[in-house]
Amino acid sequence: MGKKNSFIRPILYLLPAIIIIAVFRFLPILYVMRVSLYKWGIGGAERLVGFGNYLRALSDSYFWQSLTNTIWYVIFVVPLCIFFSLLIALLLNSKIRALGFYRTTFFLPVVTSIVAISMIWKWVYHPKIGLANYILTLLRIPPQGWLSEWRGIFEIMTGRDLPSLLAGPSLALLSIVIMMIWKSIGYNMVIFLAGLQNIPRHYYEAAQVDGAGRFAVFKNITWPLLSSTTFYVLIMTTIISFQVFAPVWLMTGPPAGGPLGTTNVLVYYLYDTAFNYSSYGYASALSMILFLIILTLTIVQRRMVESRVYYE
Amino acid sequence: MSKKLIIYIILTVGTILSLLPFYWMIATSLKTPIEAVQFPPTWYPTHPRPENYTEAWRTAPFGRYFLNTVFIALTTLVGVIITSALAAYAFARMKFKGREVLFTVFLGMMMVPMPVYIVPGYLILASFKWVDTYYALIIPWMVNVFSIFLLRQHFRLIPKALYDAATVDGCSELGFLWKIAMPLSKPAIATISIFSLLASWNSFIWPLVMTNRDTIRPVQVGLAYFIQEQSTNYTLLSAASTFVILPVVILFFFFQRQIIESHMKSGIKE
Repeated sequence: MGKKNSFIRPILYLLPAIIIIAVFRFLPILYVMRVSLYKWGIGGAERLVGFGNYLRALSDSYFWQSLTNTIWYVIFVVPLCIFFSLLIALLLNSKIRALGFYRTTFFLPVVTSIVAISMIWKWVYHPKIGLANYILTLLRIPPQGWLSEWRGIFEIMTGRDLPSLLAGPSLALLSIVIMMIWKSIGYNMVIFLAGLQNIPRHYYEAAQVDGAGRFAVFKNITWPLLSSTTFYVLIMTTIISFQVFAPVWLMTGPPAGGPLGTTNVLVYYLYDTAFNYSSYGYASALSMILFLIILTLTIVQRRMVESRVYYE
Repeated sequence: MSKKLIIYIILTVGTILSLLPFYWMIATSLKTPIEAVQFPPTWYPTHPRPENYTEAWRTAPFGRYFLNTVFIALTTLVGVIITSALAAYAFARMKFKGREVLFTVFLGMMMVPMPVYIVPGYLILASFKWVDTYYALIIPWMVNVFSIFLLRQHFRLIPKALYDAATVDGCSELGFLWKIAMPLSKPAIATISIFSLLASWNSFIWPLVMTNRDTIRPVQVGLAYFIQEQSTNYTLLSAASTFVILPVVILFFFFQRQIIESHMKSGIKE
């Protein structure tokens, strides 16, 4: 390779990627920061408001509601999803027949589109003639309003009025939670399966020699040696869950985000602000807030990964 | 032995729960409108009505939606492979100033969550007059940092001796990349293609924001508006949803090992 080529050639190879990343990844981030400092409507920038849009978020009850809903969503989806996907991965890892069949069925919802899946589940959740309520009546449980139920789930369970935070997420939001757990179990399951297969066999052989019980083996070998996988799944599921949008657009309302705003999540709120109200400045500030939340989670993850002790 | 039995019971219940919504969609798609809204519902269509499929197909321009998606998915894939191959090759096998910094910047872009892009992306593409064009749906996604990362890992494993031998035989740098490095990285390219095609086929929020016209809409957005318009017509909605997910489900059954293993690897890579 000639000397004058030593810089030009790599740049030529990188140019297509650099141009697209600069224009469609880097520029938008600078742009969203700039727009977030303006009152910005259909016609473009109207006036500079500094941190006005961020202050507006602090006193905007819809924003707080959407943030609370998002956090409820994350609190329910993440641990339940980890529990079920780890459980299934452990069962599949115990030398059973037809492993491929089970793995394929659990993975099927992962590859199917959220649009079609939201439609099916909305139909299953139909408050009058849905399959979910039919199954409940077969089990002699009173039918529920599902996506049209705004009352908090703890309110429904205790049967009394509770202050808003104690009432918990609405059953409508929980309906979305259930569907999204169903959709993502397969993905986390294969990540856990990969993690389980990386645990050296001799640990289990040693435990067998010592006559350790199933639970002891899980507690002392599987769980600690799986910790890096579990941590990865935990952070990734949290990050992805903060971005929930499509099921709200597809399943709730009209107006979407309902009933009574109880399924209005952060990304839906910023979408609504931008594309139904043309408040691009405020929507940009909301985008930045989402970005900062997720960036914080990502940095926490990187820190933890760097300081992790490997057992091998 | 009884422990094994419990495992099989739990797994079978799980399988039923996994498949039940799909079964319900197909069952509904074959019912008559009257049977579909009966309560208690029937478990299978008593008078199968396959006409629901042709009716759904005709009610909205699904043929056009499918063509749009296929076109978008394939052009995006070609773009991703070309840009990733070139960039990964430069990162893996060329020495230049600022290489590590640039690579870190690229990787850093992966930390930005997709919804953050919709507002500024829309404003920027609107200023390009690209809203409602294929450009808006293809060009921003023709680079994928994860793909660059994956190919770079593969290219690094190619022995230097192979490169030296090829250049002695008069092979150019680009020739080496296309004729030797790429064929040696087939597993990585398969993974990249799977992720790219799945992402294009299923992408929703970006094309939702960037399209207003029916003629440009990919199939997911078309289906979403169809669902909104036909809100209670559950037999048609189920039929449409069935044929929209069918291509992916068929591909999934043919390539399930590759698809599942690609997802497995993507988790370990981090």
